[in-house]
Amino acid sequence: MGKLPDAAKRELLAALGADHVRDDPEALVAYSYDATPLVQAMPDAVVFPGSTEEVAAVLRIASRYGIPVIPRGSGTNLSAGTVPVAGGIVLVLTRLNRILEIDEENLTATVQPGVITQHLHQTVEARGLFYPPDPGSMRIATIGGNIAECAGGLRGLKYGTTKDYVLGLEAVLMSGEVIRTGGKLVKDVAGYDLTRLLVGSEGTLAVITEATLRLLPKPEHRKVMSALFDDLYGAARAVSSIIAHRIIPCTLEFMDRATVQVVEDYARVGLPTDIAAFLLIEQDGPEAVVERDLQRIAAICEACGAREVRVAATEEEGEALRTARRAALSALARLRPTTILEDATVPRAQIAPMVERITQIAKKYDLLICTFGHAGDGNLHPTCPTDARDPDEIARVEQAFEEIFAAAIELGGTITGEHGVGAVKAPYLEWKVGAAGLEVLKGIKRAFDPQGLLNPGKIFPPDGRKRKVIHRVPHVHA
Amino acid sequence: MATSLETKEEPSLEARTARLWKHLQEALDADELENCMRCGFCQPACPTFQETGYEAASPRGRIALMKAVKDGFLVPDEAFRSQLDLCLGCRACEPACPSGVRYGRLLEQAREALAAHAPTPWPIRLARKVVFAGVFPHPRRLQRLGRLLRFYQTSGLQRVVRKSGLLRLLPAHLRDMEAVLPVPSPRGVVETIGTRIPAKGAPVATVGLFRGCVMDVLYTETNVNLARLLSEAGFEVIIPPEQTCCGALHAHTGDTALARQLARRNIAAFRRAGVDFVVLAAGGCGAMLQEYAHLLPDDEGARWMGERVRDASQLLASCGRPLPLGRVEATVTYQDSCHLRNVMGVHREVRQLLSSIPGVTFRELPEADRCCGSAGVYNLTQPEMAGRILERKMGHVARLSPDLVATGNPGCLLQMQLGLHRAGLDGAVRAMHWVDVVAEALDAAPR
Repeated sequence: MGKLPDAAKRELLAALGADHVRDDPEALVAYSYDATPLVQAMPDAVVFPGSTEEVAAVLRIASRYGIPVIPRGSGTNLSAGTVPVAGGIVLVLTRLNRILEIDEENLTATVQPGVITQHLHQTVEARGLFYPPDPGSMRIATIGGNIAECAGGLRGLKYGTTKDYVLGLEAVLMSGEVIRTGGKLVKDVAGYDLTRLLVGSEGTLAVITEATLRLLPKPEHRKVMSALFDDLYGAARAVSSIIAHRIIPCTLEFMDRATVQVVEDYARVGLPTDIAAFLLIEQDGPEAVVERDLQRIAAICEACGAREVRVAATEEEGEALRTARRAALSALARLRPTTILEDATVPRAQIAPMVERITQIAKKYDLLICTFGHAGDGNLHPTCPTDARDPDEIARVEQAFEEIFAAAIELGGTITGEHGVGAVKAPYLEWKVGAAGLEVLKGIKRAFDPQGLLNPGKIFPPDGRKRKVIHRVPHVHA
Repeated sequence: MATSLETKEEPSLEARTARLWKHLQEALDADELENCMRCGFCQPACPTFQETGYEAASPRGRIALMKAVKDGFLVPDEAFRSQLDLCLGCRACEPACPSGVRYGRLLEQAREALAAHAPTPWPIRLARKVVFAGVFPHPRRLQRLGRLLRFYQTSGLQRVVRKSGLLRLLPAHLRDMEAVLPVPSPRGVVETIGTRIPAKGAPVATVGLFRGCVMDVLYTETNVNLARLLSEAGFEVIIPPEQTCCGALHAHTGDTALARQLARRNIAAFRRAGVDFVVLAAGGCGAMLQEYAHLLPDDEGARWMGERVRDASQLLASCGRPLPLGRVEATVTYQDSCHLRNVMGVHREVRQLLSSIPGVTFRELPEADRCCGSAGVYNLTQPEMAGRILERKMGHVARLSPDLVATGNPGCLLQMQLGLHRAGLDGAVRAMHWVDVVAEALDAAPR
């Protein structure tokens, strides 16, 4: 880390103008973090390009001077994916925020990366269309960030995640060359699928400057229900059984006992605090289908030993049930100063054993770890309310999460379902992909970015280190 | 923290900055800073972030800057000061925050420290001393000033001045302000209707009316109407004459010491009056009164006051007798007062009252929950950003084209009048305090 070379700064200023190149302490601090706890590092400069050409110019300049570039949207990711851990230029893409086209014949939307996901939702829904991915951060997260991290959300079970909706991309390579992948075609097998490769590449391969997204007709109707279980395995059986009965709800959310207790304590939504698991289930589609599915799901939950099943009779009642699940983050966030929300994923059938493992691990390290998440797709969010200022506890937290990731792998799962590897889970990637797999990934990285300048320190493990490193913030001199 | 107006023995910039840095590090609440989990959920709610798209101009960014100062790796330089100055203090970020970070407190802590070490230009210091300390806390001086303004507006002097082109010496935002300032009433609410207004019918409760300082001079009629509405709804209204300015402007600009003094005077005045509720129709003052307990943590009276403060809409909508309202044929919309909504948590009640008027079509203003840019003295200190925010607001108003825009705070009302004037809508759309709208309906009722 150092200061930007004077010549590089002059060239950036010439390319973008003085308003859109910053290297003053205020800007450097403001772009030194994302939503990931414990990680912060100062960039050397922050730039705000306004077009694909300007993005290309920045990458050409950075290539010439060997400066790392970290593409960034709103900075809401939870894997330190946008923290400039090796310094360099933070490339903020939020000025590229236009919805370029909504094609109602081909059912596509073409957007710039800085479009806020919720804004896209509102725009297409006003036309009776539907863009399903709905990450928890969607009211501020950008589409570009969603694509880079392959964000999921509450509707993943039925509708899949971001990767299932990206049809084509425009992206700038580190060399400054612009490529186009895919398009509006449903069927397209010409060569390797670079679109799929770039989705979830966490800004390490190319900078996405435009995306063509697949849209669906908006579901006519939706309705929710909740089910309370005294037994974790009963809840897990209900989840598997619903799918086995060929019903795919759009949302199938889960909260464990610890989460329910915290939520009830905070939000007073009327949940009994002695239950083992809470399920929130939502179905969308034609009204008759929704009603029939929810009735059948209620019967399945009862057969699996649910203590109470409640189908929302009115929209207000439905909202109250949704609130219970939505309050989880706030409830946990208010418990202690630091909230570490993780992202271990297991096959659906392994949810109960996984939650039990997490509970045991929490006990072993004397921590509170509450687990909630998307039961339908096995994507769990073990969450630890802690305090970054307590180094002993933080060390235990890190050990606990390491064991949790190991347990997820052991049960046939993965270290991240929707948050990305970023900097914080790079040490564990090899557990998932294997040594040979890691070499293939590295080869792909070299093909796109031979100098290794795009978002360095992300995805790939730092040499010789298997443990997460907390990056302390260095001193800035006035 | 009154700073001396003389500039003798001015310490060097480095020394001043070092002292400010130390002060900030002591003043900023470490727990509150640590509570921010940087999720960014505050950002869609923040007007300055929405206008700039710049991380540092968001609550998350400002907290990061404060934390960097606290942690010792960011010098609290001029950029830091101006970034905090750019914050409206609307606190829309607080209800949006999952972690419940009390951003307003952090902002106040930072602003108090900045004010104490301010190399503020002497005209601004002088103005603060004269206006904030010399006028607001003194109702009679404020009234005299109001009469002066009234004389200027009604004697023909205003016409002469406007013709002379003298106003061109003023910056544009002050010129606009001159154009929309209402004609002050020659007498305040107490001089107009006395200190005790009995309830109509059997009294429901006794309420102490907080008249406000600027509100009582510029919008006396609103206070008079407020007392009428309360009395009509069954409240006995007492207006303790010893009450003073709430101190919000002082606290928000860093003069916490004077804010505390004013708080103590108000607490004493209302406790002596022995009222069930302290009621007002000014969101900014209401939030301040409610937070006296934070300003005076060990003061039992501050807690007493905090528990009893109600916005008038809360009392009229829930515990008073229903008002006999006549027809007002109008399409009405409503601009929230930030502090009323974000701090006092009142937003349904005013809408309910307005919608309950026969003949009124209530239509929700898009982004009504977003600050109008008035924000205390923000529209004077940050005219550019305030102007951008107001322009966006007026865009929404123009598209909705209501007959009138109601507000719940005098500052917002003045700002709406300013916005309508700038947008060339002052003939087409009226801006009114909701109290006056409801009072109009009361007058329209057949007797």
